[in-house]
Amino acid sequence: MPSVVTANRLNDGIVVYLAPDGTWTEDIVAAARAESEDEVKALEATAAEAVRERLVISVYPMPIEVKEDGAVDPISVRERIRASHRTTLTKDWYDVPL
Amino acid sequence: MYRYDEFDHAFVNERVAEFRDQVARRLTGELSEEEFRPLRLRNGLYLQLHAYMLRIAIPYGQLSPRQLRQLGMIGRKWDRGYGHFTTRQNLQFNWIKLVDVPDVLAALADVEMHCIQTSGNCVRNVTSDPYAAAANDELEDPRVWCEILRQWSTLHPEFNWLPRKFKIAVSGAAEDRAATAFHDIGLRIVRGPDGENGFRVLVGGGMGRTPYVGQVIREFLPKEHLLSYVDSILRVYNLLGRRDNLYKARIKILVNALGIDKFREAVETDWEATNKDAVDLPEDEIRRIASYFAPPDLPERAPRDEALAARRESDSGFAIWYRNNVLAHRVPGYASVVISLKEPGRTPGDASSDTMDLVADLAERFGHNEIRTNYTQNLVLPHVALADIPALYDVLAEAGLAVGNNEMLGDMICCPGLDYCNLANARSIPIAKEIAKRFEDPERQAEIGKLRVNMSGCINACGHHHSGNIGILGVDKRGTELYQITLGGSPKDDAAVGTIIGPGFRAEKVPEVIDTIVDTYVENRQEGESFLETWRRVGAAPFKEALYGAR
Repeated sequence: MPSVVTANRLNDGIVVYLAPDGTWTEDIVAAARAESEDEVKALEATAAEAVRERLVISVYPMPIEVKEDGAVDPISVRERIRASHRTTLTKDWYDVPL
Repeated sequence: MYRYDEFDHAFVNERVAEFRDQVARRLTGELSEEEFRPLRLRNGLYLQLHAYMLRIAIPYGQLSPRQLRQLGMIGRKWDRGYGHFTTRQNLQFNWIKLVDVPDVLAALADVEMHCIQTSGNCVRNVTSDPYAAAANDELEDPRVWCEILRQWSTLHPEFNWLPRKFKIAVSGAAEDRAATAFHDIGLRIVRGPDGENGFRVLVGGGMGRTPYVGQVIREFLPKEHLLSYVDSILRVYNLLGRRDNLYKARIKILVNALGIDKFREAVETDWEATNKDAVDLPEDEIRRIASYFAPPDLPERAPRDEALAARRESDSGFAIWYRNNVLAHRVPGYASVVISLKEPGRTPGDASSDTMDLVADLAERFGHNEIRTNYTQNLVLPHVALADIPALYDVLAEAGLAVGNNEMLGDMICCPGLDYCNLANARSIPIAKEIAKRFEDPERQAEIGKLRVNMSGCINACGHHHSGNIGILGVDKRGTELYQITLGGSPKDDAAVGTIIGPGFRAEKVPEVIDTIVDTYVENRQEGESFLETWRRVGAAPFKEALYGAR
């Protein structure tokens, strides 16, 4: 099962994912995918540097499932909610698209 | 209401400047996250699931129109145009940027507000009766004592690093509308043996993973000794409370480990040894603070308003709203009005910036410039002339805020749950919305009668599920959200912790489960019986049978 590394941006707290080019993206589909433990460790090392650079906080790796159509499923409800960048996952009066 | 003096203004402004400096040092790297975290928490700033959350203190739930309008402005300028009123009568903004927080705190200081001690192991916002100085069953205004406690506990040098957080509630009325029995200290103003008022003091109540109803530590405490006695309770807790285990650190664990008699003995011994004059407020100072809480000058009005009576006859929507959301006032010709934030389909307790502006306007137009927040996550205009109520209702109805479900099934308490909260295990908001949809018909709710349904998305119980007549607790069971149901809880004078009725249910089943419980109550109740009365008479068996019988 592939993994991605997620965090919150320091200056605004928004959920982000480590991208292959070492930048941080809000889009989980664009996140770098680690296929092995070594690859997870490499992503974590890059993320640790970003913590030192004060770009992100609260870093951790998490498993994902890639669907046939390319969609990324973060598996846990919690991570699905984080990846959606919105609350309640229902049509709502205050939902503001990012 | 209380107004800041020069000292208060200077103190809050210094804190804003201090935090501005701390944020700057965090952003330049002088402070690590480990160093910064306790500093931001002391200023009410959490990192939640999606973003930073800022918790703003609303002391004993009291707001002026100017303050509420400023909160609306903050929501619009620095958040996403809405905020969430909490079960501690506070307001939370869910999408605040760290870089903006110093400006937000400065905007709060402009209207005599702050976020100090809305987090951390210290005395939190003191909560109270939202109908203070309006209710007709009130013995004495509790806000005076809340304000005294607020000033005493703010940055108290001895009690700023307690074993765990500490929550106090004060009620001055015959009916407990502040859930005092579920607080670390619950204070009830009562009449003493010589006819003077004092406090019945409860200690060790609380929710969370180990719920307890508070126990009486002192039947009667003369009012003038409030601070010295509370001081002694906190000192004993501070010395003996556990610091080795987060889950056993609250005062309720200590009180129940020692037993109330031993705990009382320790407190009384400390109190006897206390130089009370050094801690208790001089009478002049109590009088000075009380003077801020003089009730508004309400012009004389006729006790009955004919136009209002006619509207109740002719407009059934108005009649339902009036029956549930308009409460008796101690001054004839006046009432307290609940503005429900529980419209079906909306997140319980959320209010948009536009709503905040509107309610501020209404408080100026009809409400003698006072607004209260209720721990049940609604807003209250405590002083409204009966003659103004139809016009007030029309404005609320136009804005979708004339929701007549106060204290009914639709008036659910609901924590933010997994949609926002880092601690949550399960969602609560979508479940509340689905339940609200199922019971949308006000006629059905009227048939059911008053019913408190409370829901939490984790065992920390911010949604007060333990004290719900029906409580819903979201848990995570091997990656699936599961909902445990408790029955028979009460936050009132007959305070009780609900009983788990059986195995949990999946999210999509919960509205049907609530329906089954409600039907079982309605089938079993005798004339005029409340849910609790029926539950206490018939016990769990019929509810279990209805929920699990077919299994």
